[in-house]
Amino acid sequence: MSTATTTTSTAVTDIQAAAADIKGDGRIPLRAHLRHTGALVRRNLLWIRQDPESMFDALLMPIVFTLLFVFVFGGSIGQATGGGQDGYVQYVIPGMIAMMSMTLSQGVGTGFSQDFNSGVMDRFRSLPIGRGSVLFAKISVELLRMLFATTVLMIVAVLVGFDINNWVGLFAAVGLSTLFASSIMWVFLTLGVVLKNAQSVQAMGFLVLFPLQFGSSIFAPTQSMPGWLQTFTDYNPLSTLADAARGLMVGGPVAHDLWVTIGWSVAITAVMAPVAIHKFRTKS
Amino acid sequence: MTRIDNHPADGAERAVSVRGLVKHYGETKALDGVDLDVREGTVLGVLGPNGAGKTTLVRILSTLLQPTSGQATVAGYDVLRQPRQLRRVIGLTGQYASVDEKLPGWENLYMIGRLLDLPRKDARARADELLERFSLTDAAKRPASTYSGGMRRRLDLAASMIGRPVVLFLDEPTTGLDPRTRNEVWAEVKRMVGDGVTVLLTTQYMEEAEQLASELAVIDRGKVVAGGAIDELKARVGGRTLRIRTADPLQLRPLARDLDDLGITGLAGTAVDTASGSVLVPILSDEQLTAVTGAVIARGITIASISTELPSLDEVFLSLTGHRASAPQDADSAPADTREEVAV
Repeated sequence: MSTATTTTSTAVTDIQAAAADIKGDGRIPLRAHLRHTGALVRRNLLWIRQDPESMFDALLMPIVFTLLFVFVFGGSIGQATGGGQDGYVQYVIPGMIAMMSMTLSQGVGTGFSQDFNSGVMDRFRSLPIGRGSVLFAKISVELLRMLFATTVLMIVAVLVGFDINNWVGLFAAVGLSTLFASSIMWVFLTLGVVLKNAQSVQAMGFLVLFPLQFGSSIFAPTQSMPGWLQTFTDYNPLSTLADAARGLMVGGPVAHDLWVTIGWSVAITAVMAPVAIHKFRTKS
Repeated sequence: MTRIDNHPADGAERAVSVRGLVKHYGETKALDGVDLDVREGTVLGVLGPNGAGKTTLVRILSTLLQPTSGQATVAGYDVLRQPRQLRRVIGLTGQYASVDEKLPGWENLYMIGRLLDLPRKDARARADELLERFSLTDAAKRPASTYSGGMRRRLDLAASMIGRPVVLFLDEPTTGLDPRTRNEVWAEVKRMVGDGVTVLLTTQYMEEAEQLASELAVIDRGKVVAGGAIDELKARVGGRTLRIRTADPLQLRPLARDLDDLGITGLAGTAVDTASGSVLVPILSDEQLTAVTGAVIARGITIASISTELPSLDEVFLSLTGHRASAPQDADSAPADTREEVAV
């Protein structure tokens, strides 16, 4: 008992010292925010260690999609656009980076919906931490997953004949797609908080995902599409992301698509991040 | 004490104070004007059936839910105006174990230590210390999903204690646990109370309230229908039932008749429960209990087992409020995503 009391009293002092860090109105300083986010990132990383299968999608998706598109559609699209299958590889790989930024972002919503329906969320919300930390941590880990998937994609890409002639451009393209993904994740996080279960998030996700992915310049040039669809693809941020990535990685005009994509990312984040945090904070 | 930082001067005597608390979900009144106080260092049991509003009350007091109207302070902090300060001084253990099942026990506690701004070293030490205290050291590295119900609940309690809370909310801490595990959890809660933590406990069981609480608030349909010191309420409810099982079932009826003839069995008289082979005697006082056991022994009857039983929640309600505990209202469980007290 006496030993327990000793440890106890030091612990109390520690907590008091930690609490003294917090200002009288309970506002949480930036350093504490980072510490909380760090603790929650660790939690999400431990999940992966506990359940390595959760990385299968990030591992397999780039492999399966690259092989499918290059070998199923690559020949005919390549023939139509000139350049054959090899030309199509140069065309579609930057597009795949854009596609994955979207598809993997969706996981943040389904994962979060499951997380939300577990009791641990109540504990987080009853702790003196910024409500955003839980969301920031989730996004950070999903971005790491995406970088892993992108690495896999590039390995497969080289194996099927993709020519990396501009490393700086490649990293810039990955950076841009990461930025865009981080903005899209706020949308899926909002869905994850608002919708009742993971299945609904997934269903909603696909409804958003498919038109955006296929109604874009990701997989094929848009010149042969009907005019109304071209209007859509021109405004589709996935098109500008794919075109910007293409410009950065294989050459061609970049500036316009780059700025439009950055603009989209900033705008989506500016609108959706506060919405997601608000919905998370007020969800009962 | 060192708690001063956590304690605004005006919250010194009442750790929890609730006035006119109302929570509506549309038409449904989950809480319909609740008043209650918990004095510092005491345990208040909030007793009520499913759907009475117990979980809603706890969720409002732990800032997970905003009240429709009314006031509540915890350790002197207002639930609406000072939620951030309030969260620093409370611990919460719900009927839905609020630990991360995918994480090992140690990682759960370490994470919460870090979220409570403990330096890494101290968070580690605190996790070790609490695992030890709640007898979970052996399971420290296993994911919580592999824990038994009782272990999970103990981990949940440990998690609530990381921040040395001033006020601890226990929402039906033993619902769904088997009797042995329930006793374990009770023992842990008693130890926490011994450390001076103020506890607000919700429960459906009179026995649990009697074990843990010093004061009781009986709640029904969102209102406090009776309250006070637990002994006082027990006296109003009218005591216990003595259950005597005889070794020879043929002696049951003669024994019951004799006890009735002696006039020591109170107004209701004895009853014979042939299914379990026992005589049931309503007991109003310790003197009467002594007299009845004396009479049984004097007759030279071999007793197989003897025990006193507390009144059930239904009986408590019947005697305190004159009506039976209301059945779970669909009302209270209507907004499904609030995880209100739906029987699981």
